[in-house]
Amino acid sequence: MSPAVRLLRFGGSGVLVELSSGAEVMAAYRTLRAALADGTLGDVVELVPAARTVLLTVAAGTTPPHEQVRELLTRPLDALGGSAGPGEVAGAADVVIPVRYDGTDLDLVARTAELTVPEVVELHCSAEYTVAFCGFSPGFGYLTGLPEPLRQARLDDARPQVPAGSVALAGEFTGVYPRSSPGGWRLLGHTDQVMFDPTADPPARLAPGDRVRFDRVR
Amino acid sequence: MATSAHAAPTTAERPAVQPSAPGSRAAITVTRTGPLTVVTDLGRPGHAHLGVPRSGALDPEALRLANRLVGNAEGLAGFEVLLGGLELRAEAGVTVAVTGAPMAVWCRGEHGGRRAVGSHRAVHLRAGERLELGVPAAGLRGYVACAGGLEVLSELGSRSTDLLSGLGPAKVADGFRFELGAAGEVPAEAGPVPVSVPPARIVVPVLLGPRDDWFADPAGVLRATVWTVGSASNRIGLRLAGQPLVRVPERAGTELPSEPMCPGAVQVPPSGQPVVFLADGPTTGGYPVVGVVPEAALGALAQARPGSEVHLHPA
Repeated sequence: MSPAVRLLRFGGSGVLVELSSGAEVMAAYRTLRAALADGTLGDVVELVPAARTVLLTVAAGTTPPHEQVRELLTRPLDALGGSAGPGEVAGAADVVIPVRYDGTDLDLVARTAELTVPEVVELHCSAEYTVAFCGFSPGFGYLTGLPEPLRQARLDDARPQVPAGSVALAGEFTGVYPRSSPGGWRLLGHTDQVMFDPTADPPARLAPGDRVRFDRVR
Repeated sequence: MATSAHAAPTTAERPAVQPSAPGSRAAITVTRTGPLTVVTDLGRPGHAHLGVPRSGALDPEALRLANRLVGNAEGLAGFEVLLGGLELRAEAGVTVAVTGAPMAVWCRGEHGGRRAVGSHRAVHLRAGERLELGVPAAGLRGYVACAGGLEVLSELGSRSTDLLSGLGPAKVADGFRFELGAAGEVPAEAGPVPVSVPPARIVVPVLLGPRDDWFADPAGVLRATVWTVGSASNRIGLRLAGQPLVRVPERAGTELPSEPMCPGAVQVPPSGQPVVFLADGPTTGGYPVVGVVPEAALGALAQARPGSEVHLHPA
């Protein structure tokens, strides 16, 4: 089955691929990332997934490969090449993030979910997540796979300062703040892991397609 | 227009100062920063999927020109100087050039006297001499290249300060000292080149989409409005004030799932007042993009002062 693909113009050097689900975004991103590695897409500058769309941009003055993108994405999914399995991005990593569940909003999250705090912790650290996309700040991954009771609204008022390493949730996502920044997500705990180091290779602990688990530490 | 860009003294009047010798290394110290000076180059494209903005010079052609004038590769790191005011001291003989917004440029000798040297040309400073930038008469951002380029730590292939994400070196502060790389061959004809004076009325094209269908008559509103540059504009985005873009009824109150962004994207928040993302703009955003300003036109917006007029030509 091919995903319902819609290509939209994003300036003269970009093409925005619109899909109907996060899973389709991941499949399209995987396909395009593999084609990029093969060199079939020419000189691509950026390939960026988000919630329901993927943006591909080429150097200014060149034309985005609309036709190749359409052709690649309308093939039946099971015919798509690459060594990665269905839904996986080539080179995707399995990441375990140790978390101390001591966040300011644990009680609020538990009340909203009508659960106890230990049940919230158990739910959060027993699920497996996927990095759907990154954004907000370098290395900030939007992780999908959040158990239903934990899908909760953002805080009414964002905090001016959320500490680096804060593990938090909002809407359908969970994630880790790589650096201290303002933030409106509900805080569950924190990790000592460095999530982004511009001098490291790779710089980001999380990249789109990675599978993530949280490991409770006391 | 009052600018001293072409008022440089003739060769005959100027003391004989040698250009940076090829292969030589020097250093400079910033003795005054002006309102805002950052280190910049051509940015760090290719990492947007990790949430890393492109960053880099807002007026990249001006930076490229400054680098060419001093014999550098076009992408070496220099300074982006908001509203002039920068002063720096050569710790050893060094060739520099100022480009971008037209502004007066002086060389001050060790004993205090200064001479106008002009922008858009190579200027050879002796050890102890200072380069002083005036305030641009028009435009906003000047660029200073030093032969050899500023040697600061490269992060993800770039030495640019990114004011949104915190990547790259800190904003330049008084007293910062910069080592320079090995100087190249300063071209024999290192300016002056013509100064392009930013117009009072800036006209830029906008390619509609991807979310123009969220708005009522987007082309008409974008074209008919005289947009005013807002004072909250910065390296992240240029804020435009004018007739608000109104959503079509079926999109009113709809939330857009986070979408990828790029420099040039014209995002429309609920206020209907568009923001044109610039080099330090975010890699994803939650408001619809009505159109995209081509990269080649972003340099003009980088020179748009708060209060100035912008005309958009949708296509």
